[in-house]
Amino acid sequence: MIAIRALFTVVIGAPVLIGVVLTLGLALGWQPGLGQFDPGIDAFAQALSLPGFATSLRLSLVTGLGATLGALGVSLPLGLWLIGRAGAARYLSPLLAVPHAALAIGLGFLLAPSGWAVRLISPWATGWDLPPDVVTVGDPWGLVLILGLMLKEVPFLLLATLIAAGPRDVAGQMATGRSLGYSRAQVWRLIIWPQLYPALRLPVLIVLGFSLSVVDMALVLGPSNPPVLAVQILRLFSAPDPEQARPAAALAVILLGIMGLCLLGWLGAERAVATLGRHWLRRGRRIRQKQSLSGPFLAILGLMLGGGSLVILGLWSVAAFWRFPDALPPGISLSRWQAADWAHPALSSLGLAAASTAIAMILSLIWLETEDRLARPMRLGWLIVMPLLLPQIGFLQGLTTGFLWLGLPPGPVAVIWAQLLFVFPYVMIALTGPWRALDPGLTASAASLGAGPMRRLFRVKLPVLSAPLMTAAAIGVAVSVAQYLAVLLPGAGRVPALATEAVALASGADRRLTAITALMQAVLPLAAYLLALALPLWLHRNRRGLRGGLT
Amino acid sequence: MSLNLTEISLTAPRETRALFAPLSLSVAPGETVCVMGPSGIGKSSLIALIGGHLPRGFTTRGTVTLAGTDLLDLPAEQRSVGVLFQDAQLFPHLSVGDNLAFGLRADLRGRKARREAVEQALEQAGLRGFAARDPATLSGGQRMRVALMRSLLAAPKAMLIDEAFARLDADLRVEMRAFALRHIAARRIPALMVSHDDQDAQAADRMIRLSR
Amino acid sequence: MKRSFAAAVAASLMLASPALADWAQTKADAKGQTVYFNAWGGDPRTNAFIEWVSQQMQAKYGVTVEQVKLSDTGEAVSRVQAEKAAGQNSGGAVDLIWINGPNFLAMKQAGLLHGPFLNELPNAKYLDLSPGSAATTDFTVPTEGYESPWRLAKFVFAYDTDRVKDLPHDMAGLSQWAAAHPGRFTHPNPSNFMGATFLKQALVEMAPDAEALSKPVTDESYAKETAPLWAWYDKLRPNLWRKGESFPENESAQATLLADGEVDFAMFFDPAAPAAMIKQQVLPPSVRVWVPDEGSIGNMSYVAIPYNAAHQAGAELVANFLLDPATQAHMQNIDVLGSYSVLDPSKLDASAKEAFAKLPTAPALPTLAELGPTLPEPHPSWMTRLTEDWAKRYTK
Repeated sequence: MIAIRALFTVVIGAPVLIGVVLTLGLALGWQPGLGQFDPGIDAFAQALSLPGFATSLRLSLVTGLGATLGALGVSLPLGLWLIGRAGAARYLSPLLAVPHAALAIGLGFLLAPSGWAVRLISPWATGWDLPPDVVTVGDPWGLVLILGLMLKEVPFLLLATLIAAGPRDVAGQMATGRSLGYSRAQVWRLIIWPQLYPALRLPVLIVLGFSLSVVDMALVLGPSNPPVLAVQILRLFSAPDPEQARPAAALAVILLGIMGLCLLGWLGAERAVATLGRHWLRRGRRIRQKQSLSGPFLAILGLMLGGGSLVILGLWSVAAFWRFPDALPPGISLSRWQAADWAHPALSSLGLAAASTAIAMILSLIWLETEDRLARPMRLGWLIVMPLLLPQIGFLQGLTTGFLWLGLPPGPVAVIWAQLLFVFPYVMIALTGPWRALDPGLTASAASLGAGPMRRLFRVKLPVLSAPLMTAAAIGVAVSVAQYLAVLLPGAGRVPALATEAVALASGADRRLTAITALMQAVLPLAAYLLALALPLWLHRNRRGLRGGLT
Repeated sequence: MSLNLTEISLTAPRETRALFAPLSLSVAPGETVCVMGPSGIGKSSLIALIGGHLPRGFTTRGTVTLAGTDLLDLPAEQRSVGVLFQDAQLFPHLSVGDNLAFGLRADLRGRKARREAVEQALEQAGLRGFAARDPATLSGGQRMRVALMRSLLAAPKAMLIDEAFARLDADLRVEMRAFALRHIAARRIPALMVSHDDQDAQAADRMIRLSR
Repeated sequence: MKRSFAAAVAASLMLASPALADWAQTKADAKGQTVYFNAWGGDPRTNAFIEWVSQQMQAKYGVTVEQVKLSDTGEAVSRVQAEKAAGQNSGGAVDLIWINGPNFLAMKQAGLLHGPFLNELPNAKYLDLSPGSAATTDFTVPTEGYESPWRLAKFVFAYDTDRVKDLPHDMAGLSQWAAAHPGRFTHPNPSNFMGATFLKQALVEMAPDAEALSKPVTDESYAKETAPLWAWYDKLRPNLWRKGESFPENESAQATLLADGEVDFAMFFDPAAPAAMIKQQVLPPSVRVWVPDEGSIGNMSYVAIPYNAAHQAGAELVANFLLDPATQAHMQNIDVLGSYSVLDPSKLDASAKEAFAKLPTAPALPTLAELGPTLPEPHPSWMTRLTEDWAKRYTK
């Protein structure tokens, strides 16, 4: 047990800690590699006096908290709408699989003043022969960034909601609440959802941490002068002047602090809302409400934006010169698909995904099987949570320095390790539920037939769990393909990947290249999900009880 | 104020044959009618139809009126029909008192008045001082009594009981049945109970048997 | 003083004839190496050209060239700095950098460059390395053989002839044009190279004393020389796209805005870029190049090798290949890259001259006459100062 605990601490915990410590050290003037130590907090003073610091801070708070509150707010009516619909979760997983960068690029193509949305209604409805000089993508309040984040996070929260609701008698409670005179929406808000919230807390905090520190989406959809804090930090870290690294580290520490404060604030607000909710509930007010349409309306809006983003990526990838305000490109051309080198980064991304997912799967199985055999929990939950809650920019740059310092040069190994910090937690979360839900009678009866622990694992547990194993692997691939900073920083540009190529091309001139790369980035995880869906069906074509497929 | 069922028939999803022969029935205020029948004949579905909780896909014929109002067109929450379910359905995240407060009708205003109403209901259920308790710590009979009081606090115009006593021990079942019927009768509302227990039928004012 | 020092260095470069034996050794060392060429990756044609270079290098010398596509050259510089900070003084990740001006100065001052190596390259003989020539100074900073030129850069505007009928004559006129067409002009964010170049172009045109710009900036000279610039810019900004509240990230992003019709101008540091982009169907065929009447600033693009590069021999071989007349002619072909050659035509032999003469032309490709005079770059310290000052003034 000790050896196994040490393994996880070293593989997952240590890199995060090293990253944070080196970032903090750099901010305070400690650079172990250079043998330099001139302690001081002037880097913080420098960071605070950067032009536009206050605006960047406000932007990060508005977009981070706004996206989290917005996603949670939207997930309420959508959750109510989906809860009675069997198999709803099945359609959420593919939505989840679309990487942030690809979605952001598609959304940008859709919503820019010269974007597809305006082209479709111009000039016949708007009279615009030239794009209007209005601010959409890159707006100074980060609203489009919030929208993009919400499109990604709402399916995530919905899936968490549905999973939390699974073991509960939602229909029975709904009937009870309604028989007491409350509308469906009220029973959902006051009775059912508060019971699910404890299981939603971690996903919500992950969303909060992610939204506060997102870089790739912010580069594509966010304002640029000044940008959100996380982008500002990346800019400073990659500035030619080495003196900028210290204020960058100081800003990263400030971002870590902001995340901590937001987390505490959120937990406090939870209690306040719970108290308010109980007071409201005790008053017994029944709100008469016609059948609410907000659920289907939001679902259609979300699907239009999400689906539209993917369709426009496809359209641009084959478009000839497409002038505003034509609703469709004048011609279709496959020339860019033939000319562009999209296969190289795609294969590289696939390789990184395969490696990090395979390692994550093995680690997860070691973890879960160890718990089973010792009948004791590992008590290492913080390892799973930490990389997901901390702002990535707060430790990945430090980690890159740490890797170098420890003799691990930038390259595929460093990238795979960095990706593992994010792939492992999601794979682990995806596997834990089905693993613990496995009927203990199955292994017990196998044991009574004389099967040892290894035989029980390989002949009973793994085959029975093949569907959730596939799903977990697909999630691993999706998480890996979506990683941006974890490729950019530890890869030193030596490791090509779709995420970094797509974001770099997003500021390039040729939309078709951007579209092709973003499309490929979206296709990889979707293919993994399809495979995860199809493979168990095929493997268990004669075993109806095991065809679970996607959860 | 009576509950009237006229030529009611129900067909399950993807079935062509109705679950039971068309049912017509009138339940007077203060009266309790027990509907009996073999399992699978649709007793619970009948309760769900009247209460408004029928899952999608059922086909329905006939009408249900309560005090002259057609119920089937109304959403469940506007029917004023209380339901006592088999498993009590206390909300696990709320205290016993808050479960009752949630049920208590809205037109009783004022924090103090509402708290007193809840205390009084607990007293009537023989559960004085239980307001702050976690429902999970209650016995089966206690849970059922809280669930009934919660339904009655909402001032329903009719009450439905869906095999609510089946899971209780024999002694407790007698006691609980008497408790429920006494309280419903005291409110002068029609009550419909479905069961496969002959004792339930004997305790009721009237019994009807569903048949194909 | 500075001038004469540069001249001395240039002269020493001329005297030191390439040691052929050393070069044979370099070729032998380079065989089998993979050179990580860190180059801005925002231009697909440049990427394709580097891909071609890789194929040629593989065939000729057994050297693989792997382009590390940067979104900003600063990334590679900070990478080398990080390596030095971590004590990695050999086997570094960056072998060759496409570099210019401030980045070059920063690396040179920090001792992060390998060299001097230019005089070791056999093809350096085709360059005009006379004192003060364009190929020996990068933004007024003497290159001293620490970097090798590979393509010509000159600041130009691109505009859509379908929409712009009243072309201004100079930067001052641009402000009047923007006032007449609010929201139709913008420039890349000055934190980006192209945005900074736009400000420099205006500075060079408006500074009362052009000589001061060739010297390192002082508080005094800065205040004096930039006063007219900021007065002009304050008038221009409210009439910019999005009222000057936000800016495209770089030249490519602005080219997209031009293509979409969101603005009427784009700007490039490569006079052939608009013609190339028309061919790629990125820009409409109606786009043409415009240069202010008095000319525009220009310089050469260079490649440099970090001091700790893992594959220095291979990197030198690539730098030399880039200077080959055949490579330069291929590069200048509008169907390939369209970038102007850095070689001195007078030093080419007859067959090389003919190769250049036979290159195809395109309507949007400006002639050398249309490009006008090349104005000298200010000292890099001006650009740093301008960028910082702009951020302070206009980032709220």
